[in-house]
Amino acid sequence: MAKTHITMKVNGAEVEGLAEPRTLLVHFIRENLQMTGTHIGCETTHCGACTVDIDGMSVKSCTMFAVQAQGSDITTIEGMANADGSLSALQEGFRMMHGLQCGFCTPGMIMRAHRLLKENPSPTETEIRMGISGNICRCTGYQNIVKAIQYAAAKINGVEFREAAE
Amino acid sequence: MIPGPFSYHRPATVADAVKLLSNLGDEARPLAGGHSLVPMMKLRLATPEHLVDLHGIAGLKGIRRDGNTIVIGAMATQHELLASDEIGRSLPILDETALLIADPQVRYRGTIGGNLANGDPGNDMPALMMTLGASYRLEGTSGAREVAASEFYQGAYFTALEPGELLTSVAIPVPAAGHGYAYEKLKRKVGDYATAAAAVVLTMAGGKVATCKIGLTNLSETPLLAEDAAKAVIGTSLDPATLKKAAAAAEAIMSPAADARGPVEYRKHVGGIMVMRALQRAAGRAS
Repeated sequence: MAKTHITMKVNGAEVEGLAEPRTLLVHFIRENLQMTGTHIGCETTHCGACTVDIDGMSVKSCTMFAVQAQGSDITTIEGMANADGSLSALQEGFRMMHGLQCGFCTPGMIMRAHRLLKENPSPTETEIRMGISGNICRCTGYQNIVKAIQYAAAKINGVEFREAAE
Repeated sequence: MIPGPFSYHRPATVADAVKLLSNLGDEARPLAGGHSLVPMMKLRLATPEHLVDLHGIAGLKGIRRDGNTIVIGAMATQHELLASDEIGRSLPILDETALLIADPQVRYRGTIGGNLANGDPGNDMPALMMTLGASYRLEGTSGAREVAASEFYQGAYFTALEPGELLTSVAIPVPAAGHGYAYEKLKRKVGDYATAAAAVVLTMAGGKVATCKIGLTNLSETPLLAEDAAKAVIGTSLDPATLKKAAAAAEAIMSPAADARGPVEYRKHVGGIMVMRALQRAAGRAS
């Protein structure tokens, strides 16, 4: 099958590559662009490990063809750090609150939480849990992921983070 | 998992899309949100030779009010339904239902047209559209026609769509002011299809049910309208005996498959419970 020339913006940089129509976006990102921060988990649209931000939407990049992202503006986990290289609020939250153990789900969790906080800067715990319901973690039991997102929300809003009593 | 090879087409108009689908025949599939089709392609359970991506067709987007009708373009996503003030005001049951579909990421991509046209008995919107008395606009190379949601579903994955036709929009009459509504869905986990689900839209007058429609999801090969169950509650105050009668009438028309979501008897039993819960919750919201 003939390859299509695809251009898109990823983490602020114009990128391009050749891909067959059947090439999934996650494969294009990982193999053509050599950005392996975005993970492939279940490959069946359930686990959310491949979540990236496309034109203001959280999308499971295993369920979209690269050719469909022609001209899109994409952010991946590689684009999440601050411009000076320091950790963004979400990354810092995951570090400080122990929001990861094996870390496999973390890129997808952070990309999903990124869009969640853009749309709802002060989510309740329930809203956070529903907001990340498309992302599966098999280590943490989610408690510390929720705390990590609460930590980031507090930091972004410039308020002190207080851990809820358990 | 990588899908089989296919040719990709991205038409800019409905006319071009239906011409492509018509010319390419059985080997072509329209691609909406892709969250049913792409997983099927990865599993090689679907191997279309051509995909006609509908994302480039501006005319398929949008949610608008036309008098007493809400018209939703087929490519409106579940996320857009949830974000729409018009839907929140006029058709809050759509928001309640959309929130129970899949997960946030899927709702950014999943479209109402795909949910309605795929004919998957597990999809939630079809029974809701039957409950609301909606109709679908189907467009093909020879023109457009309107088909009532209640006439559209013929079997699992088998609908009134003719080869080469596209579902381009859905028209939903705005329910009466003060109507009560509820969509009750039992599922094993977030993102799952319904073990059983029921949609209710009703109006109350003087503490008694004046009008009522009940739809059922994933309890047969097609979505169902539970007409006898709805009749059983008219003129009542939804007392426990009436609720049981309505549940029994609804269960009588259910023929769910036995699958990982449970055996037939269980699914019918919980189907009846969904009907009772939806009726009670809808009545509580009516004014």
